Amino acid sequence: MPAVSKGDGMRGLAVFISDIRNCKSKEAEIKRINKELANIRSKFKGDKALDGYSKKKYVCKLLFIFLLGHDIDFGHMEAVNLLSSNKYTEKQIGYLFISVLVNSNSELIRLINNAIKNDLSSRNPTFMCLALHCIANVGSREMAEAFASEIPRILVAGDTMDSVKQSAALCLLRLYKTSPDLVLMGEWTSRVVHLLNDQHMGVVTAAISLITCLSQKNPDEFKTCVSLAVSRLSRIVSSASTDLQDYTYYFVPAPWLSCKLLRLLQCYPPPEDGAVKGRLVECLETILNKAQEPPKSKKVQHSNAKNAILFEAISLIIHYDSEPNLLVRACNQLGQFLQHRETNLRYLALESMCTLASSEFSHEAVKTHIETVINALKTERDVSVRQRAADLLYAMCDRSNAKQIVAEMLSYLETADYSIREEMVLKVAILAEKYAIDYSWYVDTILNLIRIAGDYVSEEVWYRVIQIVINRDDVQGYAAKTVFEALQAPACHENMVKVGGYILGEFGNLIAGDPRSSPLVQFNLLHSKFHLCSVPTRALLLSAYIKFINLFPETKATIQEVLRCDSQIRNSDVELQQRAVEYLKLSSIASTDVLATVLEEMPPFPERESSILAKLKKKKGPGAVSVTELEDSKREGGELNGGGDRGPDTAAMAASNTSTPSPSADLLGIRSAAPVGAAPSSAGSLLVDVFSEAGPTAPSAAVNDDGFLSSAPPSEDPAPPLSEADELLNKFVCKNNGVLFENQLLQIGIKSEYRQNLGRMYLFYGNKTSVQFASFTTTVSCPGELQSQLNVQTKPVEPLVEGGAQIQQVLNIECLSDFSEAPLLNIKFRYGGALQNLTLKLPVTINKFFQPTEMSSHDFFQRWKQLSQPQQEAQKIFKANHSMDTEVLKAKLLGLGTALLDNVDPNPENYVCAGVIQTKSQQVGCLLRLEPNAQAQMYRLTLRCSKDSVSRRLCELLAQQF
Amino acid sequence: MIGGLFIYNHKGEVLISRVYRDDIGRNAVDAFRVNVIHARQQVRSPVTNIARTSFFHVKRSNIWLAAVTKQNVNAAMVFEFLYKMCDVMTAYFGKISEENIKNNFVLIYELLDEILDFGYPQNSETGALKTFITQQGIKGQTKEEQSQITSQVTGQIGWRREGIKYRRNELFLDVLESVNLLMSPQGQVLSAHVSGRVVMKSYLSGMPECKFGMNDKIVIDKQGKGGASDDPGKSGKQSIAIDDCTFHQCVRLSKFDSERSISFIPPDGEYELMRYRTTKDIILPFRVIPLVREVGRTKLEVKVVIKSNFKPSLLAQKIEVRIPTPLNTSGVQVICMKGKAKYKASENAIVWKIKRMAGMKESQISAEIELLPTNDKKKWARPPISMNFEVPFAPSGLKVRYLKVFESKLNYSDHDVIKWVRYIGRSGIYETRC
Repeated sequence: MPAVSKGDGMRGLAVFISDIRNCKSKEAEIKRINKELANIRSKFKGDKALDGYSKKKYVCKLLFIFLLGHDIDFGHMEAVNLLSSNKYTEKQIGYLFISVLVNSNSELIRLINNAIKNDLSSRNPTFMCLALHCIANVGSREMAEAFASEIPRILVAGDTMDSVKQSAALCLLRLYKTSPDLVLMGEWTSRVVHLLNDQHMGVVTAAISLITCLSQKNPDEFKTCVSLAVSRLSRIVSSASTDLQDYTYYFVPAPWLSCKLLRLLQCYPPPEDGAVKGRLVECLETILNKAQEPPKSKKVQHSNAKNAILFEAISLIIHYDSEPNLLVRACNQLGQFLQHRETNLRYLALESMCTLASSEFSHEAVKTHIETVINALKTERDVSVRQRAADLLYAMCDRSNAKQIVAEMLSYLETADYSIREEMVLKVAILAEKYAIDYSWYVDTILNLIRIAGDYVSEEVWYRVIQIVINRDDVQGYAAKTVFEALQAPACHENMVKVGGYILGEFGNLIAGDPRSSPLVQFNLLHSKFHLCSVPTRALLLSAYIKFINLFPETKATIQEVLRCDSQIRNSDVELQQRAVEYLKLSSIASTDVLATVLEEMPPFPERESSILAKLKKKKGPGAVSVTELEDSKREGGELNGGGDRGPDTAAMAASNTSTPSPSADLLGIRSAAPVGAAPSSAGSLLVDVFSEAGPTAPSAAVNDDGFLSSAPPSEDPAPPLSEADELLNKFVCKNNGVLFENQLLQIGIKSEYRQNLGRMYLFYGNKTSVQFASFTTTVSCPGELQSQLNVQTKPVEPLVEGGAQIQQVLNIECLSDFSEAPLLNIKFRYGGALQNLTLKLPVTINKFFQPTEMSSHDFFQRWKQLSQPQQEAQKIFKANHSMDTEVLKAKLLGLGTALLDNVDPNPENYVCAGVIQTKSQQVGCLLRLEPNAQAQMYRLTLRCSKDSVSRRLCELLAQQF
Repeated sequence: MIGGLFIYNHKGEVLISRVYRDDIGRNAVDAFRVNVIHARQQVRSPVTNIARTSFFHVKRSNIWLAAVTKQNVNAAMVFEFLYKMCDVMTAYFGKISEENIKNNFVLIYELLDEILDFGYPQNSETGALKTFITQQGIKGQTKEEQSQITSQVTGQIGWRREGIKYRRNELFLDVLESVNLLMSPQGQVLSAHVSGRVVMKSYLSGMPECKFGMNDKIVIDKQGKGGASDDPGKSGKQSIAIDDCTFHQCVRLSKFDSERSISFIPPDGEYELMRYRTTKDIILPFRVIPLVREVGRTKLEVKVVIKSNFKPSLLAQKIEVRIPTPLNTSGVQVICMKGKAKYKASENAIVWKIKRMAGMKESQISAEIELLPTNDKKKWARPPISMNFEVPFAPSGLKVRYLKVFESKLNYSDHDVIKWVRYIGRSGIYETRC
């Protein structure tokens, strides 16, 4: 590159910049800039042409002003002119201006592209480099469009200079990254690969970045690069440190190139060719050997470069995961780093070891470093390193060392940083569960966990304990005992109280024999914690109390006394109050048999993926843990879930990996199975019916003393349709709008329109009370075969309906084929804590899809005769329900959707209609004849349709209408 | 309640820092420097809120004065105080500059101790302050003098001491007005108002009682009704409607409220007697008629005519017309018949200066502006043409009717006092859209 001579110093620019720097205030600076801008404008405007030097100077000034943050809206043209100059400095400034101030003016872009093209085709390497840098710096789509085809040509041309090749490779990389679709693969791709063999190391380094990027997108096209890379790598690795001259960095030969080569190799599986593979293994061994050699220099740059190659080599070894020897060596090497002075090295070593731990070959080798890692966890000063150490402990844990690791993690937890506590808790919980051989150990561990880090124990963790305790008979007694002991501590965490309440409520009887933990002692212990707890915990404790009444009848009086006291029965919290009231009633009304049935021990939970694992995955983000986790679960089989029984297979694991169940699913699992705990919250409507006269919409299930709970429908299921649902349905056969349903709480209005086989229905839910409805949900279901006949799509409604407010829901209905049932609409909401459950039939009947058809008398009778098969006709003679007014009848028949045909029937008293029912699969023609008999107040209705089921259904429907 | 007061130079270095209340920490000084003085975007609001602390600042040349508070204070009071502070400093050592502040910092601290107490503004009357805060060494004050200071500062008439004697009793009265205008290109007045001050310099002996009278509409109308002899039509024309006014503390407000007469015992020396604002029947001294024509994309022709609109016998001075030019101006040719005109590139404007101009005259300037074609489609916003001038009359029409002086104890009468009255009308923001 030509050196910048002294004459190019641009004194004017220097003066201007120092002026600006000397400005005392913002205003002064703006004044100076305005003055300079005016000067430049007058210079550019001037009639006499500027020489290259002054043009360059002014463009430089403009650039400086722009970089100060002022708008520049001229000078582009002059900058473009500079591009065509033959002087390096002028060209350089021109390119600089253009890459900083890209303007989308099409005219200019054309000129710029032209100038770049000229430079690219010139033989001058510095000009070519300038042009390539400009393309890469701008890197816009327009640039890519113009030059994407040109650059590969320059890159692979035989006569291109090395420095240009370097720039071209990096330029192409940039264009490929911004607009990959424009860089087309072609015959040049194979030649690019051969750049790996180039004499010039700089070219190889630049090319390898490009090849790595390209091969990530199309690995197959660049497969050949593997062997080339391996040979290049071996040449570098085996070379003496002085061979590469310029490319030796602190006695390490070409460290950057080596790292890039190793990284490129990580894009591909191990080479199949034995020779190549052998050579590669040799290289990797050499690298590992070199790490053992004493350092050639004490400088940090030397060790950094060496270690960079080493770590890249180790990640390649891990990537291949097929050379046990190398894996073990890598592991040992990392083991050395674990005690290194350098914090960064320790961090990297721990991180790489995490991945090594998941490899079957090196798992054992990793385990040998357990002491060091534990030590790191305790003594490391940097929190991120400690976190890595914890990760590694988690990864290296298996049955043999689980107890040690869990114990260490637990002890670390007491001093752990707040940021990683929750994660640690989850890890401990998972490890304890996964590798538990005897479950008393598991229970101990988790209770310890709650004791040490109660705040960080999420819901999932203690849900899981309870699930496991309930599912395993052998541990229940022990659990009850330990919990009881744990609760005796003067201050214990709320989560502990929760677990304690639940477990004692279920299994308190197992330890009641001991006088030290007699029922009353247990109860008093729990109740001593009661007042310090939050509302949900208190609610849980109340449920535990009612269970106590069942387990130990002798505590009944005491507990009833507690429930009866004002702080419970008049509690300001609705949930607590309701529980207190209901449990009190339940305990006093129900007989012991009933109580025993209602408050039976929990059934075992269905086996499922541990929700803790799901939570950890979510915390780490997808992919972070799941890979190792998946492999773990493969090795450990069904160990994961509740121990003994080998329940879920790996496929199920994989499935649940992709869609982790939400924690609420688990909560539901517990709740729906909890016999009493569920009663106030979800079976609310039922209990409201028992104890109060509210809840008019609740299903009026028969309530009798023996087993009222068992006879009631499970409240989470939709209630059966209302008895008057059919009547409601009939109201809407001949009309589309109106009020579908109304009671004291809720009004449902309906508005619908139909076109051919499609319909749209608007439902308006009005809250008639002044209290808001909570968790308002509606579901539309098509029972039985209706599912295949009708397609109903709904949008979910707002879960809250304010008092007096109305919300709207839109239903899209598509008729697939003819149908006879009506879809069901189920509405659930909470009104003042009580669940309301309501099912209605949606007034969607087959006649809604009628298209009226006009036809003459002749046509009508011709078709009537065509439909003469006995199944096709349906006839009914029935008594009039309403008055036989002609106009009303006509209106109804029109509302039906058919065309009312005049002058068809010889008897003018009779009504004749025709229409086509549109369904997605077929069209059904329908003819109708209604013959009133005014004297007898009777009708005769005859229907002939091309489909027999339709005639029957229509006949049924219409018979109700007149 | 002002929590503290800081004075910075243009670099943001603290020259004076006086904290009155504990709630203002040391970091408040830096907060203002970082967020206002060194802000990347120029801060235009005089009130800045940083971390629940309010900073009120004014700038005098390169010096920043900032009052700080954590409480919800009356912002107008704080600014009034800052302006008073500036006045006091000017009265003590002249121009407010970094140099002067550095040279007088002991004095400034002394002043700050006196005029603010625990953040509450106290006496800021320069005359009174000068009696006990002096720039010379400590005079051997006798007990009498000291007690006199005490009685004056704490007494009812804190602004004037007793026993002042002048050989010549003289009185100077300046009516200073600034007229603000925004006019459409067609000559329609979009908004106009005059804000005026009556500044007095009194050199009177004893404790004189003064009464000031002007052609306030309310007073004139009242008199017109009372004294039937006056011609109501004539007095109505001559009077002006004052929108609002404020007085120096020496004016007896109760009397003004009841009789609308302005009577007071004046302080010694210079002070501002009253401030007022009018919006009706304003005499606009100049009319600007702009004519801008775009000739193609690269040329702009501007012609501006100014007409003076007052008695031919009067002379306006220091006339300056500022015609903004587009941002892509590459060259300007100016022709003017009177005065000097120049294109100032650093301000993006043509500045036309005329030294003197008599009433009922007109003058014009024409300019050709060459433009550099730009690729920007943005249209030039056409800022208004602004004008500066000084005229020897009050554009609001205010007239001083009388200023009577009564001194019962000493034997000089109203006739013995030499009175001088001067009217100066200046331009405020005087703009015409083009």
